[in-house]
Amino acid sequence: MKILSHPAAMLGIVLGFVLLGRVLPAWTLSLATVAASNSLIALGIVVLARTGNVSFGQGLFYAAGGYGVALIANSWGLTDAVAQVMIGAVCGGLLGLVIGPLISRYTGIFFGMLTLALSMVLYGALVKTTALGGSDGFNVGRPTLFGNVFTDPREADFMLYSVSVIATGLAGVAATVYFRSELGLMSLAVRANNLRVEYLGISANRIVAINFVIAAVFAGASGALSLMAQRHIDPQFAYWTTSGEFVFVAILAGYQSVAAVFVASLALELVRSFSNLYLPNTWQLVLGAFLLAVILFLPLGIGSLWTSTKRKGSEPDAPAPGATVTEPAE
Amino acid sequence: MNLFFTIVIDGLIEASWLFVVALGLTLVFGVLKILNIAHGGFYALGAYLAATVVTLFAAKGLPPALGFVAMLLAAAFVALAVGVMLERGLLKMFYGRDEVVLLLVTYAVFLLLEDITKLIWGVNPILATQPYELFGNVSLGKLFYVGYDLVLIPVAMASGLGVWFALNRTVTGKIVSAVIHNPEISASMGVKINRIYALAFGFGLMLAAFAGALTAPKISVQPGLSSDVIILSFAIVVIGGLGSVEGAAVGAILVGLARAASVHIFPQGELFVIYLIMAIVLMIRPEGLFQRETARRI
Amino acid sequence: MHSLSAHRGRIALAVAATALTISTAPVSAQETFKLGIVTFLSGPAAESFGVPARNGATFTIDELNKGAVPAPHNKVGFGGMKIEPVIIDENGGATKQVQELRNLYQRDNVDAVLGYIGSGDCLAVSPIAEELKKLLVLMDCGTPRIFEEAKYNYVFRTASHATMDNVALIRYMKAKNIKMETFSAINQDYAWGQDSKADFVAAAGQIFPNAKLATDLLPKFGAGQYGTEISALVGAESDVVYSSLWGGDLQAFILQSAPRGLPKRSQLVFSAADHVLPALGDKMPDGTIIGARGAYGLMSRKSVLNDWFFPGFEKTIGTYPVQAAYRINQSILGLKNAIEKAMEKNGGKKPTTDEIIAAMTGSQWESPGGLIKMTLGDGHQATQPIGISRTKYNPEKKRVDLVDIQYFNAECVNPPPGIKSLDWIKGGMQGAKCE
Repeated sequence: MKILSHPAAMLGIVLGFVLLGRVLPAWTLSLATVAASNSLIALGIVVLARTGNVSFGQGLFYAAGGYGVALIANSWGLTDAVAQVMIGAVCGGLLGLVIGPLISRYTGIFFGMLTLALSMVLYGALVKTTALGGSDGFNVGRPTLFGNVFTDPREADFMLYSVSVIATGLAGVAATVYFRSELGLMSLAVRANNLRVEYLGISANRIVAINFVIAAVFAGASGALSLMAQRHIDPQFAYWTTSGEFVFVAILAGYQSVAAVFVASLALELVRSFSNLYLPNTWQLVLGAFLLAVILFLPLGIGSLWTSTKRKGSEPDAPAPGATVTEPAE
Repeated sequence: MNLFFTIVIDGLIEASWLFVVALGLTLVFGVLKILNIAHGGFYALGAYLAATVVTLFAAKGLPPALGFVAMLLAAAFVALAVGVMLERGLLKMFYGRDEVVLLLVTYAVFLLLEDITKLIWGVNPILATQPYELFGNVSLGKLFYVGYDLVLIPVAMASGLGVWFALNRTVTGKIVSAVIHNPEISASMGVKINRIYALAFGFGLMLAAFAGALTAPKISVQPGLSSDVIILSFAIVVIGGLGSVEGAAVGAILVGLARAASVHIFPQGELFVIYLIMAIVLMIRPEGLFQRETARRI
Repeated sequence: MHSLSAHRGRIALAVAATALTISTAPVSAQETFKLGIVTFLSGPAAESFGVPARNGATFTIDELNKGAVPAPHNKVGFGGMKIEPVIIDENGGATKQVQELRNLYQRDNVDAVLGYIGSGDCLAVSPIAEELKKLLVLMDCGTPRIFEEAKYNYVFRTASHATMDNVALIRYMKAKNIKMETFSAINQDYAWGQDSKADFVAAAGQIFPNAKLATDLLPKFGAGQYGTEISALVGAESDVVYSSLWGGDLQAFILQSAPRGLPKRSQLVFSAADHVLPALGDKMPDGTIIGARGAYGLMSRKSVLNDWFFPGFEKTIGTYPVQAAYRINQSILGLKNAIEKAMEKNGGKKPTTDEIIAAMTGSQWESPGGLIKMTLGDGHQATQPIGISRTKYNPEKKRVDLVDIQYFNAECVNPPPGIKSLDWIKGGMQGAKCE
């Protein structure tokens, strides 16, 4: 297993996934595209969660990325998929740079609530902005890649799939490298006890802020990917349930493995889609039961299915959240 | 002056039902440290139970006043029972996990409840308006108010005082406060923590259902009631300070007045005025208005 | 009159039935048409629109599969092919709908998708169907933007957009000499509410040029508690209070505003309120002016098709059909009409998507709600007649009756092709032909 977490091996896996897209049936391809783009933002939540903070307002950056890309695409005609992902990341990142330093003073539930409040303020503003289509949002044209226009639906789907998988894959590799770096390890120290970190002469707030900006960049890029797949954007991007769903993916995945985030995201999409098809009247029941079951039987997330053997080891990317907490109250 | 008066009355009516919901939420958070998303589901459950009872009483030709009392009792007791069972049967299994994980567990419960209420009551709306006419109409200035709405204000105040009194002036209340402060030491002093948890959780949900029952006569009870309530009561509890009864009261009044003022003076701002207050309060006082600073381990 | 039209229907039925048996139908009996249907089965829109629409769909499809629908829709299923519905929930936002639409086409291999109530959902799914080159029939959503801001080849909407509702309301108020020097509005704070209000205000500006907008409220969607809003509306004392609220929000608003004297101070005008009448009963104030987004339900006109639909639905489902049931019914009949036209052309084979599209563009067909014509959006957007009326509670039948009904033909209340709705209203509604 260990060799698979080497950056080069991971790049190989990403490439393998892209090639796999050639043989997948069309509906799996679009489902996987959505799963990949969702796992990118969930990965950001994992990065942030390593400092002990969970954001319930990632929709803020998701929407910032999506709206930024959509507006630029519609006014300047910029449709290149790769450029759009980068613009999304920049939009999310810039907003993260503004908010990150402000918000890094907060911890725990207050951190979550403040992010939620901020994203809801954006939601309210977007609904009011009739120039941006209000609550109905607006559509954007289909993306191109390096000047190529894809008219065949299958090819267009594959292009989107590849861009999503590669973007998410690269982010995953980067995150793995980051987790093992000095700064990445310091995040875990902040999680364990931010005051002690301060006593060591390091600013815990700065570390939180840096992770926050990374999460915002991922969220912005994810918003761009999601926009490309849907060709439509509306204020729902910033709504609290949207953010909540990404947190859910992160929790389902656990904090142990980058690949788990993708698997969790895919599993969630599959369960939701099939339960809506076969049990259209009770799909929420199925979804709720599925979530409870995963949390109950895989307490360390889906990732623990294949990383549990090395739990005892000193893998830096395997912190067990709450493993030391014994009571709901601390 | 007249406008000011209207805003105050409207704001207080709005605040009263919000307060009852938020009170339950803040109590559960105070004791169990769980931000309970399923709270909104119990609000809806209370509304459905109340509507059923009222319809039943009306069909039997019993006086609406009796139906009014019965609906409140039915909603409260069923929610208390279901709440205790839920805590013992499900939530207990997740203690010791991250607070975010617990929050998601309650989200899953919320999803389950959403469909279970639909399976029991269907999607057709239930109108149980008989109690709404119980207290007549009151004319204030050039406006009419429905007596029922005005009655909500003292009912909410009584609920708040009751909870405050129970927490601060009774033995059980003292024990609950001890558990809120430090569960480990309480346990070592012989407090049966599990029982306190179950009690607090059940009681919190009872308040949610109670608020749902109070609202039922003035709305059409149907799917989709729950999601809106949660986010509003979250905002109130966060503004007031998680776990604080006084905070929930002040938060509810603030939100109620802000909404009322915005509708009368600046209708365009209604949608985000609440979140704006929440964000501002969090920026200035991250623990909320009434949360005491807690000592933390180094 | 009744017996005569029923008689004529029976003759037509018999003629068509013979025609069917004589024609050598190349469509084999096993051939089916798989139809994806998307409607709200949960969430706030389920009760008012989603579930009535689902009931309308299952009732219509069952009747079609039995061949029990009167002429001209009397062929079994779609041109002899049995209809196989796949019903999914519209709740969950546009993102989810885009994904589910792809799944319907690519995984479940449906021949066409029909449905969608939310305007945001309609806007989001249309470009996807276009890209996948699959047939999409939108049945209800209100926003005019779909065909006014884009061109689609694979997308159709088989019902008028929301402009008609508000123009017809204003025309009705003029015809009935309603006094409107001041008016107030309360609409949900999202696109449906904002657009409806904009249309109403613009149309009022044309026909009641002296009317002033006093209070303009936009409460949150799904608020359910309107104490403060009602204070503001009663305090404004305007002649008319207009609202496009629907479902639970509208019911709550009526329940809370009636005891506070709002209906006594102001004339209430609701653009889409017929679906709350069965639930509200005597709680609905008499004399309220309401629309139903078409000549639907209690405002439907007598016809052979309506004599089949209204009582049949009531008997099977237990309540009488309201707007959403009519809208999905007219949508399914429109698709049927196009498929059968295409089959006439291609010699009776199961038509391809392109053949159906060619047949559906600019088509027209009879429905229980009247004649539907695809006149706008290059033959992709329907216009239809509409009825407006006043409520009156009937204590004997224990239901709200609709009286003083006035009908407006499609050309009177819909914009002509090639102009945006709001521009058309603001430009004085040029080219409107009223009977």
